[in-house]
Amino acid sequence: MSYIIGNNLVKKYGEGEIAVSAIDGINFEIEEGEFVGIMGESGSGKSTLLGMMGAMNAPTSGSLMVDDIDIYSLSQEQRADFRREFLGFVFQSFHLVSYLTVVENIMLPLAIIKAGKKKKRAMAEAAMHQVGLSGKAHRLPSQISGGEKERVAVARAIVNEPPVLLADEPTGNLDTKTSHDVMELLHGLNDEGMTIVMVTHSPDCAGYARRIMRVADGKLVDDNVKLRSLKRWQKKEKIKEPFPRQSQAIVAGSLPTG
Amino acid sequence: MTLKTISIKNLLRRKGKAGFILAGLVIGVSTVVGIMAFVDAMANDINHKLEKYGANILIVPRTENLALSYGGLALGGVSFEMKEIQEIELARVKTIKNARNVAALGPLVLGVVSVDSHKVLMAGVDFKAAEILKPWWHVQGAVPEENEVILGAEAARILNLSIDDKITIKDKKLVVSGVLQPTGSQDDQLIFTRLVTAQTIFNKSGKISMAEVAALCKDCPIDSMVKQISDVLPGAKVMAIQQIVKSRMETLAQFKKFSYGISGVILLIGSLVVLVTMMGSVRERTDEIGIFRAIGFRKGHIMKIIFMEASIVSGLAGIIGYFTGFGAARAALFIFTENHPGDVPFRFELAVGAVVAALMLGLISSAYPAFMASRLDPNEALRSL
Repeated sequence: MSYIIGNNLVKKYGEGEIAVSAIDGINFEIEEGEFVGIMGESGSGKSTLLGMMGAMNAPTSGSLMVDDIDIYSLSQEQRADFRREFLGFVFQSFHLVSYLTVVENIMLPLAIIKAGKKKKRAMAEAAMHQVGLSGKAHRLPSQISGGEKERVAVARAIVNEPPVLLADEPTGNLDTKTSHDVMELLHGLNDEGMTIVMVTHSPDCAGYARRIMRVADGKLVDDNVKLRSLKRWQKKEKIKEPFPRQSQAIVAGSLPTG
Repeated sequence: MTLKTISIKNLLRRKGKAGFILAGLVIGVSTVVGIMAFVDAMANDINHKLEKYGANILIVPRTENLALSYGGLALGGVSFEMKEIQEIELARVKTIKNARNVAALGPLVLGVVSVDSHKVLMAGVDFKAAEILKPWWHVQGAVPEENEVILGAEAARILNLSIDDKITIKDKKLVVSGVLQPTGSQDDQLIFTRLVTAQTIFNKSGKISMAEVAALCKDCPIDSMVKQISDVLPGAKVMAIQQIVKSRMETLAQFKKFSYGISGVILLIGSLVVLVTMMGSVRERTDEIGIFRAIGFRKGHIMKIIFMEASIVSGLAGIIGYFTGFGAARAALFIFTENHPGDVPFRFELAVGAVVAALMLGLISSAYPAFMASRLDPNEALRSL
């Protein structure tokens, strides 16, 4: 059964003749446990789509269901509660709070839940361990590297153990090696059952997803590029490189999408 | 990790801004506390001084009125030919509810005597009570013993008498033991002697013509004292010397109104400082608030963070402001009351009031910034980068 269902989503900014359609009638279904990449050029609407999935950007029309909950029928405060319970968000540019330490940043979502100090601490340490940040708990964001900041952002997103992780350009500010490490991290979380939806314009990162949705001019132009399709193509073309390079071919438009 | 952690950490991170808000509130609170403490102390000082300067309640026999003045004040009437008050009844004044507010009770026996063909008003007084009732008296010579008199300055001049001179009044030989320095009042024209001596001369043993009362009325209305004394002396007419009381109360009331007005303006300025600084702080924290909202903080959580920050700073400002104001009031009192510095008493209710007022001021001034912060759209806030 589909976990996230977008039904004829439309998002317009402005009114009348000057209205701009950021999203123009997108339909999709994401299964529980999938790792979906959303790709597209700048201004294609991919971040807007992710924001909608994150219950932060109400569509002009259409509906978005997550786990059978119609997100935008909830009040603003209920959507805040929904984000806290169901979603983990990894923002572009990390968006860490500069005056909180690593562990405090990770524990931010826990500041408003009813749990004892020890339990919150244990949850934060588990998340830190999961992302490989043990030993850096008391450093400030200004004292850690870009890759570590991204890990902190991921840890903060998963500390509450949400079923869905939304990531907006998680490797946008990272070098190749660090990007690879972060993607491996996300891949590992997906292997554990977390549903991940990731916006990226990086072909290398897109290759980690099991399925890629391509957005252009607010419309979904390609969807459901499955890994087995990639592997069949790889076999057919006798390409030996591991699949991250295949993402270049996807972007080039030379791979079948069905 | 709690919302309080976020508030405290933010304050520690933005020490300058927090310090600015703290300074604004401390100045406001300390000024208000200083003014109120100073006014209180001055009021006590003024009351103390005014109460030292004579009677403010008169007890006279209930009589038909003839207009007569004493001390330049319209009393409503005294008739020497009518029934006097029994001296023994005067003791009942010490049984009234506000007996502790009676600083002095001075019986008087009044009568007209002849000295060398001059008619002079003679007053028999309790000289012990007169120390409180007439602190402006300065006697050249000595306070009279039995069969001695002191003369008012004008009386001494007119009668051509000086210390150690002898006079005879109604066959009683009396010695002048002293002369009052000029007072500028009716006392300059009188002869004063001990109460017992006057009662003997006028054949009014155990009786008095009137009594003066110095009432300490800081904590009780003068009217209440007058009524209480009237109740225990039904045969007497008890009157407050309204002019003294009214002018005293009016002076204090004007002073207090002025100080409250100044305090209000200063508090308003303090609250504006908080409002403007908090608004600036909220604008700077758009990204941070966007993150909070995006990860699931409700509007109430955001407001709580802002209010907590305001509470911490305001509470601290209240405490610091109280002690600063208290110290300033003490310094000011020392400067402005050279003869009788008095003291600024510690008032628990003023201390608590200062902290509570500072908290309320901080919270009210932060309400709009907190509301604006809570309304930030997370999507817009995060896109702003």
